[in-house]
Amino acid sequence: MRHLRAIHVVFLRDFKKFLRERSRLLGALARPVVWLLLLGVGLSQIVQSGDGVPYEQYLFPGVLGMTILFAAFMSSISIIWDREFGFLKEILVAPVARWAIVFGKALSGTAIATVQALLLMLLVPFLGLPFRPLGVLGAAGAAALTALCLSALGICLASRLRTLESFNVLVNFVLMPMFFLSGAMYPVSRLPEPLGIVAHLNPMTYGIDAMKHCLLDLPPGSALGQDFPLGWDLLFLAGFALGALAFATWSFERSGRD
Amino acid sequence: MSIIAVSQLVKRYGDLAAVDGISFEVAPGELFGFLGPNGAGKTTTIHLLCTLLTPTSGRASLAGYDCVREPHRVREAIGLLFQDTTLDHDLTAWENLVFHAALYNLDRATARDRIARMLDLVGLADRQRDLVRKFSGGMKRRLEIARGLLHYPKVLFLDEPTIGLDPQSRHHLWGFLHTLRKQREMTLFMTTHYMEEAEQCDRIAVIDHGRIIALGTPGELKRLVKGEMIYLTTADNARAVPAIREVFGLDAREEGGRLYLEVDEGEAFIPLLIRRLPVAVLSVSLHKPTLNEVFLHLTGRAIRAEEADALDVAREAVRARRRRDV
Repeated sequence: MRHLRAIHVVFLRDFKKFLRERSRLLGALARPVVWLLLLGVGLSQIVQSGDGVPYEQYLFPGVLGMTILFAAFMSSISIIWDREFGFLKEILVAPVARWAIVFGKALSGTAIATVQALLLMLLVPFLGLPFRPLGVLGAAGAAALTALCLSALGICLASRLRTLESFNVLVNFVLMPMFFLSGAMYPVSRLPEPLGIVAHLNPMTYGIDAMKHCLLDLPPGSALGQDFPLGWDLLFLAGFALGALAFATWSFERSGRD
Repeated sequence: MSIIAVSQLVKRYGDLAAVDGISFEVAPGELFGFLGPNGAGKTTTIHLLCTLLTPTSGRASLAGYDCVREPHRVREAIGLLFQDTTLDHDLTAWENLVFHAALYNLDRATARDRIARMLDLVGLADRQRDLVRKFSGGMKRRLEIARGLLHYPKVLFLDEPTIGLDPQSRHHLWGFLHTLRKQREMTLFMTTHYMEEAEQCDRIAVIDHGRIIALGTPGELKRLVKGEMIYLTTADNARAVPAIREVFGLDAREEGGRLYLEVDEGEAFIPLLIRRLPVAVLSVSLHKPTLNEVFLHLTGRAIRAEEADALDVAREAVRARRRRDV
C-alpha cells in the first residue's frame, strides 16, 4: 500500500508538471508535424512503394515513434535534473523502496508519451488514413508499451549519467540512432547486417511496426509494409519492458549508493 | 540511551578518508553541532547517518536502528535540511508538502492537518499556492523546515542551515528552531562553520580532516584555550616570533599574516609587549576565547567563513545559469 502511494505520488508530480508546461507540449507536438510535412511530403516525390501508398502515410507511425521516444526519454532524464538540483535527495532519504520510485518514473514517462501520441493521432483523417476506432485504440496500446520500454531505458541511462552536459551525447548517440534504426523511415528488413541486428534489438522497431499494423491499410507484400507479425511485436515489447524495468531498478538502486 | 551512536566510522574515497574513524554519541533532545571548515567531513558524516552513503567501516545507529542494515527505519526517524535546497521549484509550496506527506505515508487527513499547521508555523500559509520558484532564499529555507518536520522526525539534521541567508533571516530561523525545541522533544544535529551558530549548541564536535579533534560544551571547549588570545601584526613577523619567545617565553604562531599568542592577562600584557618587543608592532587586538580561538588553538588555522561563502555563491550562480539554459 505504501509503495503504491509512492508510485502514485512520483507519477503525479511529473504528470502535473507536464500538464502545466503548455509551451513544452506545443514544442513537442510541433516537431513531428514538421517532420511529416517537410520530410514526408518531400520524400513522397521520390519514394514510391509501387502500390499507391503515399510515403507520408508510411512515415506517420514512425513519427509517432519519434514523439514517444523523445517524450519518454525526456521524462526519465529528469532524474538527472533532480539530482543536479537536489530534489532527488528528498526522495532518496524518504522511507520508500527504490523500485517504487523507478516504477513511478516509468509510469509518468509512459503516460506523458502516450498522451502526446494520442494527440498526434488526431492527424489520422488529414493524412488520408482510414479512421478505425479499434485501430487507433490498438495503436495507443502499442504506443504505451513502447513508451514503457523507452522510459525504463531512459532511467537506466539517467542512473549512469551524472551531469546535464552528457545530455547532448545522449541525443546524438542514442536517440538519433534509435530513431533511424527503427523502421520509422525505411523498412528494417533490408538493412545490411550490423545495422539490421541493432534494428532487431530496438524496441522502437516493434512499437512502430505494431502501430503500422493498427493504422495503415497496406496491401500484403507491400515494400513499405510491416516487418513482423503483430503478436510478435507485442510479445517483444512486453518482454523488453519487463527486462528494462528490472535493469532500471537495479541501476537506480546502485546509483543511489556510493 | 543515545539517539545517535557512532563508533569508529570511516568513509574512504580511494586514498582519501573523508571521514576518518570518528566516534560520538548524541542524547535525545540535544542540540549537537559539528564545527569545522569546508571539506572537513561534516556533510559526509550526515550523509552516512541518513543512509545516503554506506560507510567503508565502523558503525552508526540512529534511534536504535543500524544505518546500514535498517535504512528504512532510520529514514522514518529523521528529517533533513540539506545544504542546497531540495525543493521542487516547479511545484507550489503546498504541493511540495503533499509530496513529502505521501512519501512518508501519512494518512490524508493527518497530512492535511499538519501541512496547514506547519505552513502557519513558518509563516507561509498565505503563499502556499505559489510556485516555490518565486520564493526568496529565506522562504525556501522555512518551507524546507516545515517539510522536514511534517512526519515528526526524532532527529532533524541541519547541514549548514543558514548558508546564503541574510542576517535577518538567519536570526529568524534560529528563533524558530529554539521555539520548536521547546515545544517538542526533538534532537537537532547541525553542521556549521559559523561560530555564532556553534555557540548555541549544547555540545560541539570540532572536526578537521575527517577526525574529531575536540568534543564538549562550548564552555568546555573555550577552556581549552589557556587564557586570552592576542592577535598582532608587526613590521617583521619572522623576527618577531623568536623575539617573543626570548623576551616572554611564549610561543607565537603565524596565521594569515597575523601572529597570535595565548596569554593569561591580556590587558596587562599588551603594554609590556609593545614596550619590550624589538620589532615595531603595527596593530594589536585582544580576544576572549571564542570557538574561533578554540579552532585556531587546536589546528593552527582559522575557519574562514567568507571563503566558503564565496564558493557557495559561485556554485549557486552556476546552477542558476544552467537552470535557465535548460
